[in-house]
Amino acid sequence: MKFRSVFEIIGPVMIGPSSSHTAGAARIGRVARTLFGRQPEWARIHLYGSFAETYKGHGTDVAIIGGLLDYDTFDERIKTAFTDANQLGMTFEFVPEEEEAIHPNTARLVIGDSQGTMELVGISIGGGTMEVVELNGFPLRLSGHYPALLVVHDDRSGVIASVSNVIAMQGMNIAHMEVGRKEKGEMALMVIEVDQIIDATLLHELQSLPHVTQVSTLAN
Amino acid sequence: MEVLFGTVKELVALAEAQNKPISEIMIEQEMLITKRTREEIIAQMDNNLTVMESAVEKGLQGVKSTSGLTGGDAVLIQNYIASGKSLSGDLIMDAVSKAVATNEVNAAMGTICATPTAGAAGIVPGTLFAVKNKLNPTREQMINYLFTSGAFGFVVANNASISGAAGGCQAETGSAGSMAAAAIVEMAGGTPQQSAEAFSIVMKNMLGLVCDPVAGLVEVPCVKRNAMGAAKALVGADMALAGVVSRIPTDEVIDAMYRIGQTMPSALRETAKGGLATTPTGKALEAEIFGKGNAQSDAVHS
Repeated sequence: MKFRSVFEIIGPVMIGPSSSHTAGAARIGRVARTLFGRQPEWARIHLYGSFAETYKGHGTDVAIIGGLLDYDTFDERIKTAFTDANQLGMTFEFVPEEEEAIHPNTARLVIGDSQGTMELVGISIGGGTMEVVELNGFPLRLSGHYPALLVVHDDRSGVIASVSNVIAMQGMNIAHMEVGRKEKGEMALMVIEVDQIIDATLLHELQSLPHVTQVSTLAN
Repeated sequence: MEVLFGTVKELVALAEAQNKPISEIMIEQEMLITKRTREEIIAQMDNNLTVMESAVEKGLQGVKSTSGLTGGDAVLIQNYIASGKSLSGDLIMDAVSKAVATNEVNAAMGTICATPTAGAAGIVPGTLFAVKNKLNPTREQMINYLFTSGAFGFVVANNASISGAAGGCQAETGSAGSMAAAAIVEMAGGTPQQSAEAFSIVMKNMLGLVCDPVAGLVEVPCVKRNAMGAAKALVGADMALAGVVSRIPTDEVIDAMYRIGQTMPSALRETAKGGLATTPTGKALEAEIFGKGNAQSDAVHS
């Protein structure tokens, strides 16, 4: 089931004109910002398919920038997101792409600041619902429905067990989990969706595990 | 994910077996899936209803989109109703005007509630606030109207599509009109099965509807398609309440919609590369709105 809640059908409350092109786009931007963990200084946004064709008329561009500024789908400041970004010193550019994407509404966000960069591919699947399908080159499936943990780690035996053990010790239930790696023995990523709210203690404990290099969270 | 229903057949069977309205099954499923309380769920839908009401009121005062393509038609239709000359009936035209009002607000980047999408956001509230004057529902019944619409939309979203880019306008205004028809039936005292029949009757008449927005905007022909979706919803509900049934079962109609969407060329799925968007006037309007020198977003902003 792609859609879980009745409020994905009757909702979201949003700024018009398009749930997939405006609200879904805002959510992709906001998830990117949340995963990045702070306000990016710059953003390069590649648009594919219908996003590339019609983004200006739908306000997809202002919506993604609004999301990067942490605005929700119903935040009226979405309309002034370009100006707001300028005032905060965030530069951005949009690159409409010709090539076929995995979904008609696809955006690749490359964002960064002096401390680092992040690349995220999001798809807007209709009605304001979106999925993250790639993060820093790792394919994944992240709906944003559940609180989620993202754990970057070295591809070593026992790391997955130690991470899931810490989660179990907190009395948390794993709803969905994916593991991906670039090359055998190199950098790997765990995406773990859980039923409960993730707190700072859990993040700290995971961060201190051997071979874990970075932990971030995406709370609902 | 544990669900009570994944198809309309299962939804109707549950409602009949437990002697509950479809809206109640949707509320129970929402509680099951999200682990939230009934009060939280009702309160959120109540809020959505308030947003819809505000959008209708705003649109009926007259709004204009930034492109200038749409706006003001809801007022024209209300004035026409007031003149007493409506041929298709005041209730239908009231629903039409309120659907248009909502979508004009949407096109003007106002606040709306997607039902199931923003492009199709006029139909469910448009019909609701029109039949309200005829059926005098309680606030609870109005909220239930949204849950019933949502129950059918849930099935469509999970078994077909509610996105114009994926499935054409049949997936957006088609789904919305069909969802509204099912909800009208419940509010008017019809059975769950009659809701399903109303849904099918309307959906069958929205099949093949392409998504061809002029200049890629959610304005032309979207606003007027919401108007017609609202009118079809009322007629479909009336037909089902009269006892008319669909020869093709609802889930098969939904599947047909999905397959039609899959085989529809991408030019007719929200890309603005076909249909009305590529008529001479459609192209001229696009050039007027997004002509060269106005490509603000392509530049680097610093």
